[in-house]
Amino acid sequence: MDVMNIVFAIVVLGVLGALFGLVLSVASKIFEVKKDPREEEILSHLAGANCGGCGYPGCAGCAAAILAGEAPVTACAPAGAENAAAIAQIMGQEAPTGERQVAFVRCNGGTNAKKRFEYVGVKDCMAATKVAAGPLECSFGCLGFGSCVAACQFGAMSIGPNGTAVVDPDKCTACMACAAACPRKLIVSVPASKKVHVACANQDKGKAAMSVCANSCIGCGLCQKECKFDAIHVVNGVAVIDYDKCKGCKLCTKVCPRDAILPIATAEEKEKYKAIKKAQAEKAKAAAEAKAAEPKA
Amino acid sequence: MDQINQLLAIMLGAILANNFIFSQFLGICPFLGVSKKVDTAVGMGIAVTFVMGLASAVCFVVNNFILIPLGLGYMQTVAFILVIASLVQFIEMFLQKSMPSLYTALGVYLPLITTNCAVLGVVLLNVQNNYNFISSVVYGITGGLGFLLAIVLFASIRERLVFADYPKCWDGFPIALVTAGLMALAFMGFSGLKIW
Repeated sequence: MDVMNIVFAIVVLGVLGALFGLVLSVASKIFEVKKDPREEEILSHLAGANCGGCGYPGCAGCAAAILAGEAPVTACAPAGAENAAAIAQIMGQEAPTGERQVAFVRCNGGTNAKKRFEYVGVKDCMAATKVAAGPLECSFGCLGFGSCVAACQFGAMSIGPNGTAVVDPDKCTACMACAAACPRKLIVSVPASKKVHVACANQDKGKAAMSVCANSCIGCGLCQKECKFDAIHVVNGVAVIDYDKCKGCKLCTKVCPRDAILPIATAEEKEKYKAIKKAQAEKAKAAAEAKAAEPKA
Repeated sequence: MDQINQLLAIMLGAILANNFIFSQFLGICPFLGVSKKVDTAVGMGIAVTFVMGLASAVCFVVNNFILIPLGLGYMQTVAFILVIASLVQFIEMFLQKSMPSLYTALGVYLPLITTNCAVLGVVLLNVQNNYNFISSVVYGITGGLGFLLAIVLFASIRERLVFADYPKCWDGFPIALVTAGLMALAFMGFSGLKIW
């Protein structure tokens, strides 16, 4: 009898459950909402890292936003150009042309930057900036505690040999999660093919910038004068490269007195360039003198 | 007249004196989780009210016309969980089809209600108190309104807490829990209320 009670309870609840299940399955047919199949397709072309770099909650949110037209087909940087093209095809758009971007840290100070005090707190950049505005004299410099390294899901960031964060362009997907983690807003997105970058963000005027770091841009404008392509300008006290115009000739790196432009030119290269310039100047001078002498004769 | 008096007593009890959050401590999870903004708190409160009312009605039917006649009163809890889960699922499908705007407004809170113990609490209390059908539904809806009141009051306090100057170590849940405790104390003031 006891066993029958148990069986009876099981049967009744089972029937009840089956009944509800039936009602629900009928309801799901009646109240079916057609979902756009493209959403799934778009989702399959996203990176699937749920990194949040696009600004939407997860990859599914991004796919919905792309479908709704709120986000561009290139919204997912980690997925790369191929997938962006595939998404564009799903959305019936032209494949986007645009170069692969990578993150770049605008500071090369690190051990060359002067310290105001020894920071011994939590190893986190945001925490360090909260203590008397950070341990560096330079209020723009990379603190090197690696908040961006922790934020990177692709292992593309590390703290370089001189104590600033550096990006491995091969691994970087330009999701820019690091930029969000940097309290000094030093990380920007740059075209992957360009190799010349200004590795300083210090907007202070000449002397102030000079005193805080050996590698600071002092806004002297030598690079701006030297550039043959009008690609580098001093804006707000710091040199900024216009990547649309930069041809990567590296002349600016050779004239920079502060070694603030990457790749840093060696002393040898600088001397060589100085010698060439001197020779050119003399030649020009001689030509001018010759020209000046001509009409008299 | 007695009937009306009884209903009024149930309403008053459910909203103030025996508030589900502050004196019965049911449904604390969404109360703490979804009370950061007044907008979402209102959405959650309305959704809970809706489900509590419907669950009271359906569970009354299931209990009195299926479980009790079959002598399975002891299976109430299991059966009610089944009912609530199916009900929430059904409502979700219904809303998605017929009221998409309300569906997106309620968003993730709707499925969350499945695990809200205030809903299970109200149907079990209905059985415990031997309420009839009308009393059950009234108790369910007003209990939900009590939840709505509590979560909206709490959310508006939490919104203002942002500007309060309390020690940093209290940030987040500690200060929220202290606030909730103080509000529960305040609601104890209603415990003497009676309707003649």
